[in-house]
Amino acid sequence: MKTVRILFIDDETAFTATLLERMELRNIDAKAAPDGHSGIAMMDESVRSGTPFEVIVLDVLMPGMDGLETLRHLRQRHPGVPVVVLTGHGSTRDGMKAMQLGAVDYLVKPVDIDELVRVVHNAAECADAMSPKACMEQGPAEQI
Amino acid sequence: MSRWQHWRKRITDIFTFPEGMDEARYRHLKRNIGVLMAMVSIVPLCLMALINFHIYRASLDRELEVPMRGLVNKTKHSFELYLRERLSAVSFIASAYSWDELSKEQTLSRIFHIAKQEFEGLVDFGLIDAEGRQVAYVGPYKLKDKNYAEQPWFHETRIRGSFISDVFLGYRNVPHIVIAVEGHTVSGKIWVLRATINTDRFDELIASMDLDADSDAFLANTKGLLQTRSRLFGEPMTELPFPLPGSSYQASAFHVDAPDGKHYFATATSFVNPDYVLVAMRPVTDLASSWYSLRSDLLMVLVGGAILIWLVAFKLTDILVQRIMDADRSRETAFREIEHTHKLSSIGRLAAGVAHEVNNPLAIINEKAGLMKDLLAREAASPLNERLLKQIEGVLGSVARCRTITHRLLGFARRMDVSIEQLDVNDVLKDVLGFLEKEVVKRSVDLRLELSEASPVIASDRGQLQQVFLNIIGNAFEAIPDGGSITISSRTVEDGVTVAVRDNGCGMSQETLSHIFEPFFTTKKGTGTGLGLSITYGIVRRLGGNIEVWSAVGEGSIFTVHLPWGKPEPQLPHAEQAHISYTSLPWSDQEKKS
Repeated sequence: MKTVRILFIDDETAFTATLLERMELRNIDAKAAPDGHSGIAMMDESVRSGTPFEVIVLDVLMPGMDGLETLRHLRQRHPGVPVVVLTGHGSTRDGMKAMQLGAVDYLVKPVDIDELVRVVHNAAECADAMSPKACMEQGPAEQI
Repeated sequence: MSRWQHWRKRITDIFTFPEGMDEARYRHLKRNIGVLMAMVSIVPLCLMALINFHIYRASLDRELEVPMRGLVNKTKHSFELYLRERLSAVSFIASAYSWDELSKEQTLSRIFHIAKQEFEGLVDFGLIDAEGRQVAYVGPYKLKDKNYAEQPWFHETRIRGSFISDVFLGYRNVPHIVIAVEGHTVSGKIWVLRATINTDRFDELIASMDLDADSDAFLANTKGLLQTRSRLFGEPMTELPFPLPGSSYQASAFHVDAPDGKHYFATATSFVNPDYVLVAMRPVTDLASSWYSLRSDLLMVLVGGAILIWLVAFKLTDILVQRIMDADRSRETAFREIEHTHKLSSIGRLAAGVAHEVNNPLAIINEKAGLMKDLLAREAASPLNERLLKQIEGVLGSVARCRTITHRLLGFARRMDVSIEQLDVNDVLKDVLGFLEKEVVKRSVDLRLELSEASPVIASDRGQLQQVFLNIIGNAFEAIPDGGSITISSRTVEDGVTVAVRDNGCGMSQETLSHIFEPFFTTKKGTGTGLGLSITYGIVRRLGGNIEVWSAVGEGSIFTVHLPWGKPEPQLPHAEQAHISYTSLPWSDQEKKS
């Protein structure tokens, strides 16, 4: 499996820190940002340094700029990077809104790490093959 | 309580419209509105009829009275003239002749014969001394030496000087009247000259009134004794069965019910001297048949109108109160439904909040345990490693269970988001059964699922459908005893999906069956709201479907819900699938393993 560079944007640092360690054990290059602003800044920085993140995993409920707002900014600045929404709030409405704003997939916490990795890889492969829009229309590859 | 207070309370009662929703209130309302409506229509109608009746009767009386009054007055004058002529003649004889002359029978006889030629009706002459003895007599009877001292006319003559008597029979036993005049001798002794007149002339005078054959006219004295023969009341000296009006100069009119059963209009006029009353009577039937027909028409219209008003008022009131009752009930249902929805919505929001708050720490636990598992997997196998891995699996298993719970809570919260979506009816049924899972185990219910092979996907509202199935399946659970059986089947038909819930519970009577979808109808006295099935019915109707029920007492019930395919709403692809799955249902493989 091809390794991907992932950026987690989530205010739960205990969650992201553990997640990063587990990703590392799986040889996945992942970074975390505690809020929307720093997330966008990190993404910008990665693009500038020539090693852009390939997939962004984004929380919805965050202090300051919330997930959906962050998503909107990311779609504008980096339209080619697929965004997967991962939230503790499983409302259909939020999911639909995220999809409308251009997220390629929608996951509810707590999520199985293998499932997360699979979804992230799918998203990255899709993005490689076609535009994120088309990827989104194709939908998640399979269900649990 | 005085009678006045009692009536006042009753009247105030009619104008009060009580609040509340019990049967008595509507009965009260119906009675009050009905009575008021009927009263405001019937009272003026009766008043109008009464006024009309009196005005018409008065005008009719006037029309009858005027000619009758003229007739009786004219005849009265004839009578008075007749009597005055005779009185004058007797007075003339009494003053022209002395006692001595008159006491000689030859002289008295001569005068009598001359007078008889001039004045018809004269029967005899008699001269009576101060002691009442008839000293001289000329006439057809043998009345000489009769004593009249005790006769009323003799007394009256002594008092008044002259007198005309009522009709009486006297010694001769023939109806006659007496005209008596007092005279004085030179020495001052008093005597009385008496003339008797038969009443034939009275009859002639009355006959000259030329009345119809069925009319009547007669003379009576003020005491009510007939003075002449009456067609209706018989021979002279008979007493009249009705009181005569008091004497007045004017002729008075009144109504009399005669012995022949007819109603008469009578006019009476009094004489000054003697005390006679002349009465003329005409039957009202002939004269006023128009009056009678009017009276009966009026009465018929009045009674018919009153009955019609009463019927219409009460029918209208009935409809009106029924409408009010229906409106009240549907308002109450709507209120309860709103309350219910509101409650559910609050619980939904709360559930969503709790789920979200729990999901985040749960995710951390999940990741921490996952990391521990990852790290241990890299270590060499050892008994400790094995034990730790087992513990970690336990933690991860618990996280998975919590996850199922929070997802279910979120699913419940999502029910409040009213939206039409493409959904699989089988999935919805499974969602609902997830809620009842515990009860199935606890009561050892034999739950059978006969779901259709092909996914019955329809466009409908998930939350609403969940509520519908939850209500129906919940009722089935309540109907069965522990260990009872419930079969839930779904199948696709031409125009939609049919879901049937069959139980082998107590069943329902036809009576109960005919009311089950009515709001507030409940068999669970004290515990049920009576709204469950009515809301269910409302939802199914709103979703374009329908519910049928079959039930037999002791055999169980079958609720069949038919749902149409519905119009699929354009949706974002797979947004609903969002990886929320309900994996902990009793029949799901994953759960069975764990």
